[in-house]
Amino acid sequence: MYYVNGRDLYKKHCQNCHGISGEGLENLVPPLTDTAFLKTNKYRLACFIKYGIEGDTIRVAGRTYDGKMPANEKIANIDIAQLIVYLTNSFGNSHGMYTAEQVAVDLEGCNKGR
Amino acid sequence: MKFLQATFGIFISLIFFTACKQQTRLPILGPRETRQVKAPDGTVSVDTIYKTIPSFSFLNQDSLPLTNDTFKDKVYIADFFFTSCSTICPVMHRNMKKIFDDYKNNPDIMFLSHTIDFKYDTPSKLKTYAKKLGVDGPKWQFAYGDKAAVYTIAEKDYLVAVMEDSSSPENYVHQGWLVLIDKHRRIRGSYDGTDDKQVAQLIQDIPVLLAEK
Ligand code: HEC
Repeated sequence: MYYVNGRDLYKKHCQNCHGISGEGLENLVPPLTDTAFLKTNKYRLACFIKYGIEGDTIRVAGRTYDGKMPANEKIANIDIAQLIVYLTNSFGNSHGMYTAEQVAVDLEGCNKGR
Repeated sequence: MKFLQATFGIFISLIFFTACKQQTRLPILGPRETRQVKAPDGTVSVDTIYKTIPSFSFLNQDSLPLTNDTFKDKVYIADFFFTSCSTICPVMHRNMKKIFDDYKNNPDIMFLSHTIDFKYDTPSKLKTYAKKLGVDGPKWQFAYGDKAAVYTIAEKDYLVAVMEDSSSPENYVHQGWLVLIDKHRRIRGSYDGTDDKQVAQLIQDIPVLLAEK
């Protein structure tokens, strides 16, 4: 269920920018197909989704991005968990399960003042 | 039996006629007027005056003047967007970029994106955006102009609704039409750039328009 709900959430909140296959958009939006990046940064994904990304330079799939990703401040932890399960098990990724409890833990570590 | 044959005949020719018409010529959109014209020999005929895109003057992503002359004898696709738009614009431009790539080597077609964010999207911001989208060059022009000029041409001429709206999260609201303009500045199609079906229709219509004399 996590995966299916995550797919619907992805369609609604993320697909316009990251694309139907997680391909991103040129140098404006990074792809979600860089498995190594997603693995190393897994603990930050909840923060990205909830608080967005701004004023940060990240390197994904061999390119540098300095764009802005909008925040989803009102999103529930369970929705974040479902999104993460979906994207880390699609687009060539297969990271397995991720729970809402883990989201709560990861959100504690966000650098919100960024 | 005769009657049946006759209706059948009409039916067939109707199908044939509509099919033919669709493939050979795109409609001319927008309001039109008719005017009576008197020929030198005294005969009177009726001429149809189609809506055309009026003269405009903006700045492009290199801060150079951008006018109708830039698009002289070109078919072009026009839209309205802003660089910080996080909703429909990435979708519109993902689709436009695909078409851009397909026609990279065809000099007869161009692209024109107008920003509606006259406060933030200066030419240098448009330049950065064009580079990131991978389309910086003469073929895809980005237009920067004052609010009145851009909003008027959007609504009155390209027939795309745009507005500044402080109650919306991003301050601007607009429609995602990709507007197909012919070599005589007339609107030949308008397609929702966020809708796969309509974008597919645009992709079908471009060669039809390019083949027109
Ligand atoms: C308005 C466009 C936009 C939307 C909507 C958006 N993102 Fe992003 N996303 C970006 C940009 C731009 C970056 C890169 C930010 C940077 O350059 O620092 C990014 C970066 C990321 C990254 C880290 C880099 C990568 O590609 O792996 C992840 C993960 C991510 N987004 C997931 C999501 C998810 C999940 C959603 C939906 C909840 C979402 N994004 C919605 C634009 C967007």
